[in-house]
Amino acid sequence: MFNKLLVANRGEIAVRVIRAAKELGVRTVAVFSDADRDSLAVQFADEAIHIGPAPASKSYLNIDAIIAAARRSCAEAIHPGYGFLSENPQFAEAVEAAGLVFVGPTAATIRMMGDKAAARSAAKAADVPVVPGSDGEVADIDHALAAAREIGFPVMLKASAGGGGRGIRVALDRAGLEHQFHTAQAEAKAAFGNGALYLERFLQRARHLEVQVLGDGQHVVHCFERECSLQRRRQKIWEEAPSPAIDRETRDVLCASAVRLVERARYRGAGTLEFLYDEDTGEFFFIEMNTRIQVEHPITEMITGVDLVREMIRIAQGEPLGLAQADIEMRGAAIEVRINAEDPDQNFRPSPGKVAALALPGGPGVRIDTMLYPGCAVPPYYDSLLAKIIVHAQTRDIALARLRRALDEFKVEGIVTTAGLHKRLAQLDDVQAARFDTGFLEKLLTA
Amino acid sequence: MSEHEVLSPLPGIFYRRPAPEKPPYKEYGDQVAEGDTIGLVEVMKQFTEIQADAGGKIVRFLVDDEAPVEPGQPVLLIEVA
Repeated sequence: MFNKLLVANRGEIAVRVIRAAKELGVRTVAVFSDADRDSLAVQFADEAIHIGPAPASKSYLNIDAIIAAARRSCAEAIHPGYGFLSENPQFAEAVEAAGLVFVGPTAATIRMMGDKAAARSAAKAADVPVVPGSDGEVADIDHALAAAREIGFPVMLKASAGGGGRGIRVALDRAGLEHQFHTAQAEAKAAFGNGALYLERFLQRARHLEVQVLGDGQHVVHCFERECSLQRRRQKIWEEAPSPAIDRETRDVLCASAVRLVERARYRGAGTLEFLYDEDTGEFFFIEMNTRIQVEHPITEMITGVDLVREMIRIAQGEPLGLAQADIEMRGAAIEVRINAEDPDQNFRPSPGKVAALALPGGPGVRIDTMLYPGCAVPPYYDSLLAKIIVHAQTRDIALARLRRALDEFKVEGIVTTAGLHKRLAQLDDVQAARFDTGFLEKLLTA
Repeated sequence: MSEHEVLSPLPGIFYRRPAPEKPPYKEYGDQVAEGDTIGLVEVMKQFTEIQADAGGKIVRFLVDDEAPVEPGQPVLLIEVA
């Protein structure tokens, strides 16, 4: 049990965690860099502590500064949010070594799932299908070529230490693999400090599905799936729950396999298992697990009524899961669009600045998770996510109409956002019919 | 002889090197030609190269590696022949 929680993050997710903690009667501590002194999270938290200069490497990624802030404020637990230190096992260890509670899984779980090759082995051991690929890492080009012959081209070369869509290259054939292997190795070494690579079959027309799980270290439940196929540069921009592409049988098999995998790991906290789904064959393949809360968690909350962040905090307090699988039902359809400070007409050029005017949508079935307020600064130093517009309705068609209505109400002046792109997407026949895969958006944008 | 300031076109974090373990693009005293890359600005996780808009010899950098910059802020001083 703890009564004071430090939120080691910024932006909309810091606000989200503070809200959940307040509703549980837990006092909150925000941390902030020079660039975030006036942020909404700082305003909403019971206390706020400065942790360093604007660059994330000197503030939100500075483990010592964050632990020191927790000590100073007498916080008993730390919630890492997403990004930054959320999947850093050293951070989880440092938090526990300081006698504090890390709101998330154990460092050992984070480490295993963060190592893509180890995660894959764990999936296989739990009889969860994985994308055909090399058995572990490929040490050199000869091993890579031998593995590719078995897997079949095209293949993806992936950095073992990569993630979030980074550290991935596609080789269409033998020559492409020979050409790219050494560069990929060097890039992985430079970007992640570890040059280890593995191979996977590249599925050319796949959907991105993911299953939300919650565990208390003993029991695990799932909260159904999300579909996140609309991506640009492997960054999700539009997410839905449930997936419009799978039927009930497939859903049951998919979610059961996710639970099987995390049960073996005695998983604690909220987590997401990501899968690729081949619509032509009906096969799904596990790709990786995120051992933290995700940006798109609200759509799951909308269709299930489960407050995932509240559950995370309760579990970290040592409480058992408040839910049995049979208690979790799915109602209606939810869509989230990410409003980023980027200009879709200028190749998504970042658009930091000061928000001169702001109108947020409201009304039935609309939820806004945001860091924005009129007059706030959008600093150039961090991720471009400003707000998430989340809609929920009885059916997907009504949710789409609600999304179009909400986007019409959304106005921001002073910066450029991706809202216009979402307006366009929400009108498209293909999107309305849910005819898309992970390559859809990029094709649309280059057409 | 006159001096010329190269300005950052964007707000963000200024880097003098293409990657943390790589050497800087340019050192003090180096000659630069117009169009040479002299640094990077990271804005919201996107990297934009800064190019010299004049040729000459580098007098000094006006911003430290990994320091925040504002749009229009001078980052490099060049002695133009």
